Amino acid sequence: MKSSLIKSTVIFLGLFFLYFPILVLIFYSFNENKRVMVWKGFSLRWYNELFNNEQIIEAFIISIKIAALSATFATILGVMIGYSLVRIRKIPFKSFYIFLSSTPLVLPELILGLSMLLFFISLNNVIGFPSSRGQLTIFISHVTFCIAFVAIIIQARLTDFNKNIEEAAMDLGYNYTKVLYKITLPIILPSIIAGWLLAFTISLDDLVVASFTTGPGANTLPIVVFSKVRLGLSPEVNALSAILMFALIIIGLFYFYFNKKFKH
Amino acid sequence: MKNKLFEKYFVFSPYFWLVLFFFIPLAIIFKISISVSEWGMPPYQDIFLFDNGFKINTTFENYVYIFSDYYYIGSFVNSLILALISTFFCLLIGFPLAFYIATSNIRLRNILLVLVVIPFWSSFLLRVYAWKIILQNNGILNVILLNLGITSEPLQLLYNQYAVIMGIVYTYLPLMILPLYGYLNKFDLNLIEASKDLGLNRIKTFFKVILPLSVPGIVAGSLLVFIPVVGEFIIPEMLGGSDRLYYGKILWEEFFVNRNWPGASALAFSGIIILVLPIVIFQILYSHWSQKNEI
Repeated sequence: MKSSLIKSTVIFLGLFFLYFPILVLIFYSFNENKRVMVWKGFSLRWYNELFNNEQIIEAFIISIKIAALSATFATILGVMIGYSLVRIRKIPFKSFYIFLSSTPLVLPELILGLSMLLFFISLNNVIGFPSSRGQLTIFISHVTFCIAFVAIIIQARLTDFNKNIEEAAMDLGYNYTKVLYKITLPIILPSIIAGWLLAFTISLDDLVVASFTTGPGANTLPIVVFSKVRLGLSPEVNALSAILMFALIIIGLFYFYFNKKFKH
Repeated sequence: MKNKLFEKYFVFSPYFWLVLFFFIPLAIIFKISISVSEWGMPPYQDIFLFDNGFKINTTFENYVYIFSDYYYIGSFVNSLILALISTFFCLLIGFPLAFYIATSNIRLRNILLVLVVIPFWSSFLLRVYAWKIILQNNGILNVILLNLGITSEPLQLLYNQYAVIMGIVYTYLPLMILPLYGYLNKFDLNLIEASKDLGLNRIKTFFKVILPLSVPGIVAGSLLVFIPVVGEFIIPEMLGGSDRLYYGKILWEEFFVNRNWPGASALAFSGIIILVLPIVIFQILYSHWSQKNEI
């Protein structure tokens, strides 16, 4: 049929557009030649050099550390927001609460980064802390803009699920706290994990906000990669790309596994 | 009662964090943007002076400075145009994709949706970098064009505004598709059949039935692309040339190169003001939309 042919063509072209650049990147990562664009033969040379590049390895470890910590904090706070917005009626200045928890989703990172940096500098002038910027300030900034992403996932999940289960538990004598810890949290646990994975990836991937709030000893992976590819190409970054894309796509698949809605 | 204490704890912990680390920083941008600049560290004067009694020391000089110089306004306009064009192309590519995914059978639908969104999970920076490889003078696109005989010598594809649009459309496309899919997914396909039965042709069905029903999705997706693109810094930096200057680059240089903090803050705050309306619309949609869809 004509319309189903159009349909398959559109979907095929769309997917091709989305995956072609990634495949090109992976392809060139196996190029022996130091000049990235001139193909000289298949080789794992750049993978080898990558694993011996201390600067990249160190940046990778710093990034993982910051991402894991900020994802954890953002998840705790994001779950609280999601829960509050769906289950708690009385929130003082609720539209302000919504403003605070949704604007970071869209506000340009550049403005966010600048505001965080100026905030840390002002704070240092007033209370003498943080005396220099580094991993701690990146961590705080990442938590701040990851909260919104977790909150939206939790909110969607809580709106979805049957409140009767909670009410039944209350009728059976569970108190408020017990309902939360024994009923609500276990049910939304997959969404909490999904939120953590999303926050982890966003933090791991962030360049702009980290560039503003970084300091001595806190060169994250995107900062190092950006400095290498800003003006040209780097065969080591090609190898890194292939590995990182693979790893992140696996994380993405886990995200979808956990975030699927359980409809009754 | 214990519940109350508990609720307070849940509402106010994130409240406290976001006021301290999100709202106050925005307020500080505003404060510095109306401060008088001077040489020194920090490069601006306090807005409250106490030496000869109390005096408020503010100025709109920084805003005047920005809005009277074409260098700044021009870059603002460039960014807005860039965001408009990119949003348009994201919609142009994203809509048919979202529509056909939403009308596939349920098993295929989930697989396709995951396939469309997964690239979004791989690193943003590296996906932009991939285009740098593709668009090189001796890159894969030029090789194809040369072999097809479309051009006799390699085209300069990189370092211009078209490369920037390409990069943005590529990286932001999933943000357009998701909310579009969310709305298209919910509507009743029988409506299309019904409209065909009632004698409307394809084009009329699209404009009279499908399009009106997907307006909320179009608005949500467009805002998710438009607002961040206005401040986009990385993509113009990696793929763009000197043919066009954008807001993000100007802001970055005003702060890091010129070290004009009040000027950079005024730029940032003007950016927020320009984006207020889109952000407010986004928030209204967000409160409806977040309850039904997921990122």
